[in-house]
Amino acid sequence: MKVEQISIFLENRAGRLTDVTRVLSQGGINIRALSLADTSDFGILRLIVTDHERAKQLLKENGFTVGRTSVVAVEVDDRPGGLHFILELLSNNQINVEYMYAFVQQTGKDAVMIFRFDRTDQAVEILQANKIRIIPGDELYNL
Amino acid sequence: MIFDIEKETAPREDLEPLQLSRLRNLVERVNANVPFYRRKFEETGIRPEQIKSLNDLKYLPFTEKQDLRNNYPFGLFAVPKENVVRIHASSGTTGKATVVGYTHRDVRNWASLMARAFMAAGVNRGDVVHNAYGYGLFTGGLGVHYGAEELGATIVPISGGGTRRQVMLLRDFGPTVLCSTPSYSLFLFEAAQEAGIPFSELPIRVGIFGAEPWSEEMRHDIESKLGLIALDIYGLSEIMGPGVAMECAVAQKGLHIFEDHFLPEIIDPITGEQLPPGETGELVLTTLTKEAQPLIRYRTRDITSLNYVPCRCGRTHVRMSRIKGRSDDMLIIRGVNVFPSQIEALLLETEGLTPHYQLILDRQGAMDTLEVRVEVDEKLFSDEVRHLQRLEGKIQGNIKEFLGVTAKVKLVEPRSLARSEGKAKRIIDQRPKV
Repeated sequence: MKVEQISIFLENRAGRLTDVTRVLSQGGINIRALSLADTSDFGILRLIVTDHERAKQLLKENGFTVGRTSVVAVEVDDRPGGLHFILELLSNNQINVEYMYAFVQQTGKDAVMIFRFDRTDQAVEILQANKIRIIPGDELYNL
Repeated sequence: MIFDIEKETAPREDLEPLQLSRLRNLVERVNANVPFYRRKFEETGIRPEQIKSLNDLKYLPFTEKQDLRNNYPFGLFAVPKENVVRIHASSGTTGKATVVGYTHRDVRNWASLMARAFMAAGVNRGDVVHNAYGYGLFTGGLGVHYGAEELGATIVPISGGGTRRQVMLLRDFGPTVLCSTPSYSLFLFEAAQEAGIPFSELPIRVGIFGAEPWSEEMRHDIESKLGLIALDIYGLSEIMGPGVAMECAVAQKGLHIFEDHFLPEIIDPITGEQLPPGETGELVLTTLTKEAQPLIRYRTRDITSLNYVPCRCGRTHVRMSRIKGRSDDMLIIRGVNVFPSQIEALLLETEGLTPHYQLILDRQGAMDTLEVRVEVDEKLFSDEVRHLQRLEGKIQGNIKEFLGVTAKVKLVEPRSLARSEGKAKRIIDQRPKV
């Protein structure tokens, strides 16, 4: 039920982000979702792509430091309180969100949140027990 | 086990008068026989008869590597050429080679000093010594060789290289002692593993390692992998070769400098002033007994400290610490002496891996600034900002705590730091020259 996300270490200097998108573009890899966390010196680019194995390999060949993390993609009802319900459920169970970012599906019906939890397996169990839809990796890469 | 009980355990009140009489004799000899020293003494305004105590040593001029080069090849010999029985030389990679000569007595003294070193390592007759130091102009191979023979041990003069053959002989001859550079011992270990020979099952119990700087962490690594006691040996061709100082197996804490032959001092590398016992600075050595090419106050450029506390092994000779760096590499940051090797050691301790790093020195107003750039590899990388910031903070904290310098730590991408000829350029000093 988990989704593989790749993350890339970037120095804060002009053109580094373009270098990443160039490598992916030349490799025919499509970006499904992204988030950029930054400090004054460096940034961490997190990506969900159509082919994470190949993306990781291509980026490494081009000299980037690349990590891989398992995250969870959760479908959130597009109505007031939709996200709040999910977060409350998790916090009641002492699960911490390390970071999260949003991703809108092409159909526009529902929002998708990408979560990085401190205890991923327990989080998945709780979400499933509460009938919250988790989007599996294969489905997300090929949407 | 002590090779020369009388000399090596002499109380300081006996040792120091011996050192003084040898020093006075030395100064007279070089004044009479080496024009270079006669000129230097005249320039300094010192006469041999003015040396009345060991304390007067500080009035004598230094000798530097450049002096050996300027007098290439035989200009510093203090005896007629026909009395020189052996010549060694350094590789000369950073300039003209430095040449050293030995009389018959010098070679005998050297052998007995190396025999002392072997015994300090717990080696004796009956031991088999696998000597992987290079033979030739380099002093390592022959220095170890004559010492083992003087002791009465069995020597296997394999020299360097031919690693597969070395592994075969380690298995077949069953040596009990390994002499090599520390890094070559790990290379041998790997080669033995490849050949299906478990190193820990070989009878080798002691390793005598020198000729390159190594750390305490590396000692632990070697000892656990090879299953032996790893000991540090120190020497330099200008002074003698291996066997100037040797760590004892009893304490394994510092190298005894054989003080009846070599007179050590620690100086501030910038001012040249002698530093009090225990302080860290540049090691300066005076050869008390060398006949062919004696040297007065030779600046080794090696950074260490001297420990006069009596050793558990019974030797009274002073102990020097493991070499901490080279004075040629020393940086002065806001008045604090910092060696790049110290920062490297801290980085190694912080995350336990060999990092690529660069030190950028600059000046803002009257203040020196130090930026430490560390390349982030996959082992260090985390996709969470706070983990990386914690890593920066930890490195910064360690540098502040251990070196007393506030540094800015900056994580950078791999391979973003310049490498030239395979060697990284570690220091970029952008401070304006005064």
